[in-house]
Amino acid sequence: MQIQPTTERQHPLWQLILMRWRIFAREPGAVFWTYGFPVLLALVLGIAFRNRPPEPVEVAVQASPGGEAWRDALAKEPLVHVHWLKAEEAHRALRVGKVSLVVRAGQPRTYEFDPTRPESRMARALVDDALQRAEGRADVTPVKDQLVTEPGSRYIDFLIPGLLGFNLMSSGLWGVGFVLVEMRVRKLIKRMTATPMSRTHFLLSFVFMRGLFLVGELPLLLGFAHWVFKVPIQGSLLLIIALSTLGSLVFAGMGLLVGCRAQNTQTVAGLVNLVTLPMAICSGVFFSTARFPEVVQPFISVLPLTALIESVRAVMIDGAGPFAVARQVAILLGWGVVSFAIALRLFRWQ
Amino acid sequence: MTACPAIRCCGLVKDYGAVRAVNGLDLEVQAGECFGLLGPNGAGKTTTVEILEGLLNATAGEVEILGRTWGSAGDWLRQRLGISLQETNLTDKLTVEETLRLFRSFYAAGPEVPALLELVSLTDKRRSWYTKLSGGQKQRLAVACALAGHPEILFLDEPTSGLDPQSRRQLWGLIEGFKVQGRTVLLTTHYMEEAERLCDRVAIIDKGKVIALGTPRELIQSLGGTEVVEFTCDGPVEEAALSALPGVHAVKGRNDSLSLTVEQLHKTLPLLLMHLQRSGRTLTSLSTHHATLEDVFVNLTGRQLRD
Repeated sequence: MQIQPTTERQHPLWQLILMRWRIFAREPGAVFWTYGFPVLLALVLGIAFRNRPPEPVEVAVQASPGGEAWRDALAKEPLVHVHWLKAEEAHRALRVGKVSLVVRAGQPRTYEFDPTRPESRMARALVDDALQRAEGRADVTPVKDQLVTEPGSRYIDFLIPGLLGFNLMSSGLWGVGFVLVEMRVRKLIKRMTATPMSRTHFLLSFVFMRGLFLVGELPLLLGFAHWVFKVPIQGSLLLIIALSTLGSLVFAGMGLLVGCRAQNTQTVAGLVNLVTLPMAICSGVFFSTARFPEVVQPFISVLPLTALIESVRAVMIDGAGPFAVARQVAILLGWGVVSFAIALRLFRWQ
Repeated sequence: MTACPAIRCCGLVKDYGAVRAVNGLDLEVQAGECFGLLGPNGAGKTTTVEILEGLLNATAGEVEILGRTWGSAGDWLRQRLGISLQETNLTDKLTVEETLRLFRSFYAAGPEVPALLELVSLTDKRRSWYTKLSGGQKQRLAVACALAGHPEILFLDEPTSGLDPQSRRQLWGLIEGFKVQGRTVLLTTHYMEEAERLCDRVAIIDKGKVIALGTPRELIQSLGGTEVVEFTCDGPVEEAALSALPGVHAVKGRNDSLSLTVEQLHKTLPLLLMHLQRSGRTLTSLSTHHATLEDVFVNLTGRQLRD
């Protein structure tokens, strides 16, 4: 059969990006880990660490004549839950932990409690304060309480930037590094380099794909956080998008680096874990980096995930501007440039 | 057509550590020729082809494709070669059409995707994922990918390995259609039937060297006879006495069986039977066939192609 060649064709870079997208979208597991998992994690952790209303302390008042006044005074306190018990019952309740403190009748009034239990010490302070005030004590200095449970300072507010960074890191390293090695194992990279395909186009398709994922990842996680947990964004949304894009590219570069030579998927899986695990623990995804000893702080602060999470957190929670996160941006740029440069030099095409 | 050969290499050597896979190999393939590299597994066929395709660097030797070298005209050559690797695993979850569109986009010029689909009879399967295709369909898709740039030279490494006879014949038809257009094909195979049917010339490769070169007909005629008699009997037979029989060109013993290359079966066979009877031997099996490239290989190396 005679076939007529034409010069009409689609742009190879576009076709490569389409290929990457189709492979991703047709793999339910990949879609879940990229989009579903971070949202699920935010939901679970957000519920587990949600701020509960303060719990009242359990207090027993020994049933005795003259004790009624104390009982009634304590019943008015919102943070005290009072029980009216006989002497031996009250003692037993304290011993088994049903109440934190027993108020015993007599002169002077006696507080029976275990000082090693924090809630007992708290009960002692609350009860004594309430009873003294009921009996006419006046405060020497006027004070005012300011309660800080408003959105912006809760655990979920701290968590969302961490999850965003964590997700960009793991999807970047797995999505680039692991996928590249899988293609190498199947000799697909070899097959493609046997065509006139531009190697730059091939690698660019991975980088563009990361950017494309972000278009879904970012609104999904931030939108979810906003609608479900009312997580506020104090700073510029544009700056958050810019930082996430930068972070995404940095981790694409690191993915390229871990996948640039590995000849089998076990090796690359090990490498990805080696890179991501320390950062998942140290870079402040789930808890503050300040919990690590002072001596390791300089190392932690220059990790790419630390830089990304710190900067996004600063913008989201404190409303930081571009200059306030310049140091983190410089760290990210450094990681990105070095990773890409080394990866391109070492890349194994065949 | 240019005057220079489509493919030329000389003194090709490839070492993998201490192992020499290709050992001073010379080849010249003319434009418009279908050339076969025939040899057992591990003979160095694939290594040779991948060096010619510019996918591997040779340890020593020269390669010229369409009169140019990979070092000076890599991109120019890539546009003009179609390559099907020995094991092609295309992307599992891309459809036939998507895969072809991707490969087509790499080449400046080539057939349109529907024409390619038609050519390899995969129009009905164009929306199927690669992973859902049969072995023959996968292989036809691999060939279609190789044809996406309307190549001047088509490299096919073991194109029908592991396929059922029907799929194999379908692929042969495809390759013959390409030959008709006067373009060059280099294929490797360990099926002599395939080489005899498709190839204008064949180089038999063993241990990284060309041990015989010519048209399939020439190579078979080099055996002296064109018929092969294979037999076993209940006791030893002297090989020298068999060689002395009129019309016998060669005698090869393998395990218990003996094989004679003869010119004319109807004259030599009765003499053989008489000889065995006189020596007091009884036949336990007897078969005859036309000589093939396999017999050429056995004659040259004393081994079977597919050992």
